[in-house]
Amino acid sequence: MYSPRSLQCIGRLVLSAACLCATTLAQSPKYKVGRAPTAEEEKAWSITVLPDGAGLPAGKGTAVEGKDVYDRRCAECHGNELQGGDSSALIGGQGTLATPKPLKTVGSYWPHATTIWDYTNRAMPFDTPGVLTNDQLYAVVAFILFKNGIIKETDEMNRETLPGVKMPNAGGFVKDGRPDVGGGARD
Amino acid sequence: MRQKPTETPSETASRRKFLSLGAAVGGALTACAEPQEVVEEAPKRLGRAPDKYGERSPFERSSRLGSASKNPETGSTRSPLQDSHGIITPSSLHFERHHAGVPEIDPAKHRLMIHGMVERPLVLTVDEIKSLPSVSRVHFIECSGNSRSEWTDKKGRTAQHSHGLASCSEWTGVLLSVLLDEAGVNPEANWLIAEGADACKMHRSLPLDKCRDDVIVAYGQNGEAIRPEQGYPLRLVVPGFEGNINVKWLRRLMLSGQPAMGREETSKYSDLLADGKARQFSFTMEAKSVITRPSGGQELAREGFHEIAGLAWSGRGVIERVEVSTDDGNTWQDADLQEPRHRIAFTRFRLPWTWDGAETVILSRATDDTGYIQPTEQALIAARGHNSDYHNNCIKAWKIGADGNVTHV
Ligand code: HEC
Repeated sequence: MYSPRSLQCIGRLVLSAACLCATTLAQSPKYKVGRAPTAEEEKAWSITVLPDGAGLPAGKGTAVEGKDVYDRRCAECHGNELQGGDSSALIGGQGTLATPKPLKTVGSYWPHATTIWDYTNRAMPFDTPGVLTNDQLYAVVAFILFKNGIIKETDEMNRETLPGVKMPNAGGFVKDGRPDVGGGARD
Repeated sequence: MRQKPTETPSETASRRKFLSLGAAVGGALTACAEPQEVVEEAPKRLGRAPDKYGERSPFERSSRLGSASKNPETGSTRSPLQDSHGIITPSSLHFERHHAGVPEIDPAKHRLMIHGMVERPLVLTVDEIKSLPSVSRVHFIECSGNSRSEWTDKKGRTAQHSHGLASCSEWTGVLLSVLLDEAGVNPEANWLIAEGADACKMHRSLPLDKCRDDVIVAYGQNGEAIRPEQGYPLRLVVPGFEGNINVKWLRRLMLSGQPAMGREETSKYSDLLADGKARQFSFTMEAKSVITRPSGGQELAREGFHEIAGLAWSGRGVIERVEVSTDDGNTWQDADLQEPRHRIAFTRFRLPWTWDGAETVILSRATDDTGYIQPTEQALIAARGHNSDYHNNCIKAWKIGADGNVTHV
């Protein structure tokens, strides 16, 4: 005789076997639409740079070279000293996050250096994205990091060194703890 | 109810014409003791012929509201919620928020790539996506920066200023889970990085559980193709998650073992707390409501009956209850909720009300089916401080003056 508990157990086993089956089935293409991308297509579209550096291309640059890129390509909107202007400041604000006037910048707020590379590559210069070479990107990122006091002027940024840069606010992010007011169930 | 500041010069001119006509008629009739409303004669002028694409009446002026910006391509416009009826926002009035302008995309040339940690990377045309099993669902989308003004002393003057970065549409498309199954997701993948075809290639990371649940790759909005400013030809609709993650002009879905930590999920759309730490991946838009009539900028023309109407929504589910107070929060009454109530959608509430002509403050408070009750401003600030910027869903108050003017408090 099976006890009610072991019956329940068997029920669960059968159920999970059924679920497993359903997932495997769902994993085989059902509608057979679309085509595989070519290797070149996939490479060209894959612009995401992850915090561990995955996605970063070959190339290198230092703040010394980056100053020139910055002056020509970025300063008109972000200010000669990165202080901001028509657009956001790219410097300053360290130590202000817990004050009534927090200044969130690359230097004071951003947790990962890779994000500067990823964002500049995909979106900057704002009106002409895509004009910078990989070397220019590494260089201008190095320049921004140097101006924020995070790396030295001669430190070379490349796909090995950039993910290792320790950002001042790297530990500044926490999980979403809501609902923190209003009661109700947790997500 | 009159809308105060929106009379345009041509309206004023036509009203003047109307008045002088009235004066002429009044003069002809002489013995009118009180000014009389002039009713049009029997209509006899032939109207215009049918048209290929409809326009609203030239007398209707309700419009989106933008703000001046040095880089308008990163700007936003707000929906005129105070003028809305029912629960659907017309596509032409759906709020906008872009980070690099609205691209012009030929759907015949547009492709969606699904790749990364999948068994079969795929490139799909828009027509192929439209051939798949489809769903139509009513969902609100709300920018997490909506009601940002409510964290400050400069509260929004009108419902459009304070709450207009939220809109609600019927979205049609294919469930993302269908596309994920076509590509075959590897077991190690737990994030999906979605990217748009705008100039900044805006991208966001979504937890895979959510993607398998109710996310739509949408091509239809309110019965027609999605508007360009809403992501034509394809956008993600991520029910209940902050607006920015509903990636527009969708062109790439990359399955990943880690989030991208992109600029829009670190520098922006993270919520700074009083202690200097910031909440990250704060996706859910919590229950919220606002009275749209009477609301800031409007005027009650007379004492007596006025319906109170408004909108409530929750990113966690269904609106269960909306309470309205007409005495500054001393007492609350349940408002009627328009049926059917859709999950993660605007819900219209209404309460019959007779105004006695005295100054008062009116408020609304929503509860969703998780039991969550819309909080006060003080409760939010006590929990998060003043620097959170995003996700303000506090109770909104409108003051009605003895002169009938409605203002923010
Ligand atoms: C034509 C003006 C313009 C130029 C030139 C420009 N930017 Fe920007 N930048 C902007 C605007 C506008 C934004 C904000 C975009 C948004 O809100 O989505 C921005 C944002 C940024 C940010 C994000 C700031 C933050 O805190 O979130 C970084 C980093 C940045 N730019 C770097 C650069 C670099 C590096 C260059 C030069 C290679 C550059 N920009 C050139 C206008 C410009």
